Amino acid sequence: MSLVLTEEQELIKQTAAEFVQEKSPVTELRALRDAEDPVGFSRGLWKEMSELGWPGIPIAEEHGGSGLGMAELGVLLEECGRTLAPYPFLSTVVLGAGAIERAGTEAQKQTLLPGVCKGETLLALALEETGRFAPGHVETRATAEGSGYRISGEKRFVLDGQVADQLVVVARTSGEAKDRDGLTLFLVGPGAKGCDVRRTSMVDSRGAARVVLSDVQVSNDAVLGEVGRGADVIEPLLDRAAAALAAELVGIASEVFERTVQYLKTREQFGVRIGTFQALKHRAAHMFCELELAQAVTLDALRALDEGRADASRIASAAKARASDTASLVTCEGLQMHGGIGMTDEEEIGLFLKRAKAAELAFGDSAYHRDRFATLTGF
Amino acid sequence: MQDVALEDFRQEIASWLEANCPASLRHGADVEPTEEDRQAWLEAYAGRGFTTPTWPSEYGGGGLDKHQARVLQEETARVASYAPVVSFFGTSMLGPVLLEFGNEEQKQEHLPKITSGEINWCQGYSEPGAGSDLASLQTRAVLEGNHYVINGSKIWTTGANRADWMFCLVRTDTDAPKHDGISFVLFDLHQPGVTISPIQLISGASEFCQVFFEDVKAEKANLVGPLNGGWTIAKRLLQHERAMLSGGTGLGAGRRKKAKGAAPAPKGMLAEAARPYLGGGEGRLDDAAMRDRIAQWELDSLCFGLTLRRSGEQAKAGQGPGAASSMFKLYASEMNKRRAEILMSARGSAALGWSGEGFTPSELMETRGWLRSKGNSIEGGTSEVQLNVIAKRVLGLPD
Repeated sequence: MSLVLTEEQELIKQTAAEFVQEKSPVTELRALRDAEDPVGFSRGLWKEMSELGWPGIPIAEEHGGSGLGMAELGVLLEECGRTLAPYPFLSTVVLGAGAIERAGTEAQKQTLLPGVCKGETLLALALEETGRFAPGHVETRATAEGSGYRISGEKRFVLDGQVADQLVVVARTSGEAKDRDGLTLFLVGPGAKGCDVRRTSMVDSRGAARVVLSDVQVSNDAVLGEVGRGADVIEPLLDRAAAALAAELVGIASEVFERTVQYLKTREQFGVRIGTFQALKHRAAHMFCELELAQAVTLDALRALDEGRADASRIASAAKARASDTASLVTCEGLQMHGGIGMTDEEEIGLFLKRAKAAELAFGDSAYHRDRFATLTGF
Repeated sequence: MQDVALEDFRQEIASWLEANCPASLRHGADVEPTEEDRQAWLEAYAGRGFTTPTWPSEYGGGGLDKHQARVLQEETARVASYAPVVSFFGTSMLGPVLLEFGNEEQKQEHLPKITSGEINWCQGYSEPGAGSDLASLQTRAVLEGNHYVINGSKIWTTGANRADWMFCLVRTDTDAPKHDGISFVLFDLHQPGVTISPIQLISGASEFCQVFFEDVKAEKANLVGPLNGGWTIAKRLLQHERAMLSGGTGLGAGRRKKAKGAAPAPKGMLAEAARPYLGGGEGRLDDAAMRDRIAQWELDSLCFGLTLRRSGEQAKAGQGPGAASSMFKLYASEMNKRRAEILMSARGSAALGWSGEGFTPSELMETRGWLRSKGNSIEGGTSEVQLNVIAKRVLGLPD
């Protein structure tokens, strides 16, 4: 598939850019942060986005979506990255709905997916238990009991867990903490007895939760997919998450880069515009090149996933590694080039830096994905 | 209709190859080709103008359209072990600008000798005082009677010691702004006053020469384009050069086509080159630090390849180049240097051989290659010049 946007993708890009710039500019995130909003985004705006069909972009038409792919969702996420729009595309659409689409029964899909597309149902994946990303490390246990399971364990960094209507909990039904086999996915209501969901305040002002499960009882109907084969469901989801985050990171980096170049053209010191200094010019030109590379590999990763290409996982890791490094470079350099003003809370560069770091560390940073890329390349 | 004509043409070429390609130079030949065989093959091929297939036949070219040229390339690759080539300084650089800017007499005189390989050309551009700032060149040419008399020096002239003629940028007006006093002239290097010294590089012997001129003569008739109008031609020639360097011209006639079918496993090129030196067998490389450096390079290489592809697709879609060609030059040369550094580390003391025994020829070559790669970010515009160009042309940063 070509790395040039299709007409449909261009249209999504344009609509998304206009929408988020008008309705969810950076000031919205700041206001939500300052108000200590318990949700972390505007439910009303999420509803409006669903009327534009956005949560349903990658969801099949028979479940209320538009049956498009990651390439289209990526275009949208890039625009969200540009304004730091804190909407639950990753948690609800990519991870939650993705898990249900892949592993769910027809009944589970019919129950949950149309609600996702309508902006009514929010989902979250409760997977991680460690600090540094190690998706295979799951100690949360699910023990068979009567006609169901009893789940106990502790999950952290559950994105949008604080508002999810359903949690997709990854628990171990057999094996040891790091075994690939023996993982099972469960649908757990946050209000279930023994389920304690607490919002954690994160550096990027996004919503995430710590979920403590103490003997939470679920019925067999709550099992998502095959018992013990959860890794087969999670791994492709994590590839999608990596590509989705790469797209958002490209958006963040593009925005910060453009703002920084603009600043170099206007800020005066020593009686001249600071953009005349070669020490800054060369660094700006270097960032331009790095951004071009990040864009190209991210576009290819999104397409590789849609096409089901054999190297999709490898390219997704390459994209996450490259986009993370580029966003880190550009946000750090952007802040430096803004000088003292860049350090203030009032200037927006800092908000971009914080979100870029969170997106970089989510689901594997560049070192994690570079290692995975090397393994998948055969060395 | 056109397809029928093209098929007829394919038949004609096939018969011609059957009659003219020496048996020793065909695929699967069981005799070693002699020097005479190679010469005969070149003469036959050039005799039909096939070394410059799309040039007009009145100037010795093949007179083919691009479809026919592709057929020629395919048929030659099918039959022969290689397609004869002559120096690209003539075919890909001077020839195209002569066709565009030369007068009838100049085309008649010079183009057939490029096609036949009779005259080897070299490029007189850079000077000791004019590297990145090419237009500040100082080699002087003064009209005296029927000749321009040339004094000065050119440097980094590839293959001057094997060349017969030079196309050269000379200053013909010292008072005009620097871009407006340059002319494009052609002259014979086999004459008194020309001194050619090959340049020894840090990597050893090189193709580069410095060329000195002391009252060297260029016939007035060999001024190409208008007097003091050489800069336009100089730039156009550089475009042809870049197109050729990025593989835009069909020099691959003799190259084997990539077999279609099962795609090879996505193994890293650099990883596999380094593997024998890093110990261990198949699979994961044991040396974690080296593995990460290699992974970073492989990852950048993948991303760079995709960036080139995207740029090409954007150009085709009429979106203009997303990224500047300066960026490609910059990135490719920096990547090549980094690759060489990583291989040096991987090879350890086996990377330190200079000549003689104790090292394999390929080990010695790799080491020279590492040294030679240092020039990649200098020649053809330094990395710093490329960054300046991006900052100015792409980002619009102020001067």
